Amino acid sequence: MTLAEHHPTIPAEVSRTLGARLHGWAVTVDHKRLGIMYVCFGLIFFVIAGIEGAMMRAQLAQAAGKVVDPATFNQLFTMHGTTMVFLVGMPMLLGMANYLIPLMIGARDMAFPRLNAFGLWLFVFGAILLYYSYIGAQGLYGTSAAPDVGWFAYAPLTNRTFSPGNSTDYWILGIMVSGFGSITTAINLLATILVMRCPGMTLMRLPLMAWMMLVVSVLVIIAIPVLTGAQIMLLLDRSLGMHFFDTQNGGSSVLWQHLFWFFGHPEVYILVLPAFGFFSEVIPVFSRKVIFGYPLMVAATVAIGFISLGVWAHHMFAIGMSPALNAFFAASTLLISIPTGIKIFNWMGTMIGGQIIFATPMLFASAFLGIFTFGGLTGIMLAVVPFTWQLSDSYFVVGHFHYVLFGGTIFGIFSGLFYWFPKATGRMLSERLGKWFFWLLFIGFNLTFFPMHVSGILGMPRRVYMYQPDRGLELWNMLSSIGVIIQAMGISLFVLNVLISLRKGKVAGNDPWNAWTLEWATTSPPPEWNFDQVPTVGSARPLWDIKNPTDPDSNHEGIS
Amino acid sequence: MSTLTKPAPACDVWRPSRGKIGMICLITAESCIFLTFVVAYLFYIGKSATGPQPAQVLELGLVILNSIALISSSFTAVAAVRLLEGGNQGKCWLWLAITIALGAFFVGGTIYEWSGLMRDHALYPTTNLFGTTFYSLVGLHLFHVIVGLILLSTVLAMGLLGWVKPRHAPAFDLLSWYWHFVDAVWIVVFVTVYVIGR
Repeated sequence: MTLAEHHPTIPAEVSRTLGARLHGWAVTVDHKRLGIMYVCFGLIFFVIAGIEGAMMRAQLAQAAGKVVDPATFNQLFTMHGTTMVFLVGMPMLLGMANYLIPLMIGARDMAFPRLNAFGLWLFVFGAILLYYSYIGAQGLYGTSAAPDVGWFAYAPLTNRTFSPGNSTDYWILGIMVSGFGSITTAINLLATILVMRCPGMTLMRLPLMAWMMLVVSVLVIIAIPVLTGAQIMLLLDRSLGMHFFDTQNGGSSVLWQHLFWFFGHPEVYILVLPAFGFFSEVIPVFSRKVIFGYPLMVAATVAIGFISLGVWAHHMFAIGMSPALNAFFAASTLLISIPTGIKIFNWMGTMIGGQIIFATPMLFASAFLGIFTFGGLTGIMLAVVPFTWQLSDSYFVVGHFHYVLFGGTIFGIFSGLFYWFPKATGRMLSERLGKWFFWLLFIGFNLTFFPMHVSGILGMPRRVYMYQPDRGLELWNMLSSIGVIIQAMGISLFVLNVLISLRKGKVAGNDPWNAWTLEWATTSPPPEWNFDQVPTVGSARPLWDIKNPTDPDSNHEGIS
Repeated sequence: MSTLTKPAPACDVWRPSRGKIGMICLITAESCIFLTFVVAYLFYIGKSATGPQPAQVLELGLVILNSIALISSSFTAVAAVRLLEGGNQGKCWLWLAITIALGAFFVGGTIYEWSGLMRDHALYPTTNLFGTTFYSLVGLHLFHVIVGLILLSTVLAMGLLGWVKPRHAPAFDLLSWYWHFVDAVWIVVFVTVYVIGR
């Protein structure tokens, strides 16, 4: 008999020193702790990338601004984009999946727990490599600091001649290493979802989020290696003097664009599909209705995954491809709006006739429907080749992709954080602060990014550090910059909310939202082993079956 | 909670092996990296401004011998897996050793070919686009062969120490999948470099 068994009321965490507790986090293979670390690292980088964005907006608030110099501005937009995609979006989404998927499918842990820990630390190492460039990239050349070649690092800008020093090498290695981490996590998620489901959890009873993560994982293992391959080529060019993208010796800068965007466009769906998954869990619970058209949602997800592999060159309409290629990629891009539209209608169909509860997760979900549809419509506009010729590389494009990625991914992450925070910590986030946060972020977001569409149409190119006065751009840029202040106020409220709620938040209990999926069947926070006994499910909504034993969901399966 | 553990209505859950799923995913991801280099190779065929060109320097004799060695090593690997499954460890190590020897022959042959290209034809990775794409594509494959050889040698060493039992056959089988993948990629590389590119 051990000491712990004599004092079962003292949690092991409290009795240990800080060092021992940190060591426990460093060596853990528990999917929940790894997921929490992913989310925490993601939030830290979200703040860093936000500061970078705010510095750009400070520079652009007025014509001929003098806040930062041009070279710093180039580093800011490169690091902002790279950080948001690889160090915020990827870890937050994969991390939340890491935390939730085993709980949702009734598993003890991921399929490969140690590989899971390996993936997290690869991500952390990659992130450190990228940011180490600020102090280490000068190398022997004494030039350049952080990467300044844009987040898609077009050749020949990345050539040794135009990018001396080591900043681009840090960009390559940081992203490559964190990419290896993403690939291992995707492999793990695929194996977990396919193999670790509890008895009764057939594929068509999976929570929609699990379905979306399944498709996302397939996209990750197809798309990220292509970026890795292209980055290996770039690294060989830069360090061994090869000629892949060296236009002086017959290399092609267009090849880099094709390879990068073959990764880059599926990456957009890798970033947005998990958010779709969060909304597909949140919207039914807060509408008190079953998700509308479950099989169609699954089919639309798979269709989006498939089509997203064939649209990449719509990022390249301005480089002068043949009319046939332009037509193909314009058509495939328009095609992808069909399954996306199906999803939007299904979410609305879920809400129609429901008893909607506008708690904070649902506020984000409702706002997402409008914002994402708006961003999707400007996306369809940009799929039209002549329209892109006019507006390529303008602020219209910046506005468009912030509407889909901020309004989709980031709103999804916050919706999910408010929804699952009680599960992970045992305490509710404050609804009052949460609603303030939502409205500040919503207003600030629209104030920042809607005027960008206008300044873009008026001819403002992206990635320029200043603009001349008297071009009619001042008002729109000033509005965008004011929006950032409102967003920053919102984010501060969120941080405050987390800090307060962790100590004083209302105790959540197992199932604070009266939800239906398996993660709410266990305690909040769940024990290390997740479930005391392996659950067995009889329908897609196992907790409904428990709460309504006279009318279990399995009676209605196959009708939707 | 207790209601969750009651027996569910009879409903079979399709549940594949996690190792197989993991290996299939790894192979898919690796294939995409190779595909990137194959596309680059095909894209740059005939675009080298200066010589040497593939038709002038690539010789088929040695590479065909090399290919035969590597492809046969897939069959010997299958034999080794089957023998371990059947509990015949002694013969398994023999066939595994033959597999490793064939793989090592391939590595040696490639090094010989490369040194010839560099010595006799002055073809280096920096020489022209052909050198760049040739050494990187074949080199990426060679790297995978070497990784496979290290893994297979580890199994052989552990086997000779008596640590590998027939119950480890599924894991060994997965390793052989990786080895088959490396062989299959070689067929693609061979067709790309020595048939289409020449």
